[in-house]
Amino acid sequence: MGGTTGDTADALSIADRGFASRLLLGTAGYPNQQMMLDALAAAEPALVTVAIRRISLEPYAESLVDLVGGRYSLLPNTAGCATVRDAVLTAHLAREALGTSWIKLELIGDRETLYPDVEQLLRATEELVKDGFTVLPYCNDDPVTCRKLADLGAAAVMPLGSPIGTGLGIINPYAIERICTTSPVPVILDAGIGTASDAAQAMELGCDGVLLNTAVAKAHDPRRMARAMRLAVAAGREARLAGRIPKRSQAEPSSPQLGLVGG
Amino acid sequence: MLAAGIEAEPGEEALYRLNRLSQELWPGFAAALETASGIAVDYRGEGTLAIALTRDDVAQLRFHFDFQRSLGVALEWLSGAEARRREPHLHPGLAAAVFSPHDHQVDNRRLVTALRRAFLAAGGALHEHAPVSAVEIAGGRVTAVRVGESRHAADVVVLAAGAWSTEIAGLPRAALPPVRPIKGQMLALRMDPAAPLLRHVVWAPRAYLVPRRDGRLIVGATTEERGFDSALTAGGVFALLEGVWRALPGVEELAIDEMWVGFRPGSRDDAPLLGPSAVDGLVLATGHHRNGILLTPATADALSRFILRGELDAAIRPFAIDRFAAPLKEEA
Repeated sequence: MGGTTGDTADALSIADRGFASRLLLGTAGYPNQQMMLDALAAAEPALVTVAIRRISLEPYAESLVDLVGGRYSLLPNTAGCATVRDAVLTAHLAREALGTSWIKLELIGDRETLYPDVEQLLRATEELVKDGFTVLPYCNDDPVTCRKLADLGAAAVMPLGSPIGTGLGIINPYAIERICTTSPVPVILDAGIGTASDAAQAMELGCDGVLLNTAVAKAHDPRRMARAMRLAVAAGREARLAGRIPKRSQAEPSSPQLGLVGG
Repeated sequence: MLAAGIEAEPGEEALYRLNRLSQELWPGFAAALETASGIAVDYRGEGTLAIALTRDDVAQLRFHFDFQRSLGVALEWLSGAEARRREPHLHPGLAAAVFSPHDHQVDNRRLVTALRRAFLAAGGALHEHAPVSAVEIAGGRVTAVRVGESRHAADVVVLAAGAWSTEIAGLPRAALPPVRPIKGQMLALRMDPAAPLLRHVVWAPRAYLVPRRDGRLIVGATTEERGFDSALTAGGVFALLEGVWRALPGVEELAIDEMWVGFRPGSRDDAPLLGPSAVDGLVLATGHHRNGILLTPATADALSRFILRGELDAAIRPFAIDRFAAPLKEEA
């Protein structure tokens, strides 16, 4: 372990592209667009996700793409798609309209839990990789699924911390840590982040980045929460690199108590 | 809906103050308009209920309640049983509700009819179904409005073209209001006016419900960033029907009266653009987003004082177009 400190020395790399930030932020559900822009400015995200199915891809003044596109790198997602065909079509639309071959692949199998449909996710990943896309699939917190996605050519895997929009944090830290240990591609924790400590925990478990949206968009003060998330991701990453001490069952004083002069 | 309180959102404190001011003007405005027009606008003061149907909804409702109370909104927390005593047809499983006594409603269609008649009675000339083709400007001053082939000379022009405000030809870039269309799908059900299922405006978790005096129950609305796409969609209508049915199961029996799409004029911060622009004589009254009806009296008051006497009301100063003039912060 050399003396690697500072953000620039520790860039996130996905598909050979470097990012100064390890935070990815979504654009949905803010009180208004100005608040979203302020939150983005405070978060300084590596990538900004947009739901292709939910917006118009026709360019017009003050549209989401118009406001965000020139300033941030967009990561289109396939939210709202339920079949391989839908997702592939949406990815192609996004590539044409936004000029990026990066796609966050989201294939929901169940409207109640919003859990991914793994079977279709694997097939869509395979197809999109063949079509030349850089695919970042949103997936279950399952090391086997993550491994299969990576083997199919996914550029990163994005396991869920807990179901979308719940803010329950990381409900299975063991699984996330296992995925981070075994994954040959970067691991971005996606979904379930409720507050800053959840984001820090993801980084401490070994994730390469965190994607979140609702925790910032629906906070009482989205700007402040965006800043908190940026700091938490950076803090969690630093803690991970620094190496945490082992947990002990017995207390041990932090300063020595024996052999003190005059003690 | 004239909802300053129950719709107040983070970061919109200045807008809340303007909304509240306009809300207080409403009863007097409605009465004066009814006198001038002879048309009832069906102003209703029962108030608004925001309801929670599940435990998750309760947590969300409490979160909003705490925020809105911190702004000073007068709100009352009700148990599910208390809320159902006020509105017995709401779902029996109702978990909790918030009552907002100052959030009233008015029938927007009757309002427009009444405004039209009052305007004509006061000697105004109205050119209907006549799209403006351009605003004419000479030497940095507005000089006329062109409607088709005819030209109307004017030294003051109020730009109040809603979601279409950026489509008026002839305006320099600096005077173009940064307004976009925000699509909303809505529908109306028909209740028996003698025995309506609902009397209050109700905000359910997935739809809002507005009972009109004539028995129409307005159900809204989707919020979609899709430009001027005017399609009613199966998903949009389904979401509205599901949302209203979960809150008020008795709607199953009601006839569907109408379904339609509208476009809210949205600025970047969801607040209106009011007052002078980069062009002398061109006055802005646009970008009212969800609050066009609510802000009608405050907008009319402040702009007429500005136009007639040159006084820029402190209440509308935060809503000048130049708040968007500064370049957006660049990515670090």
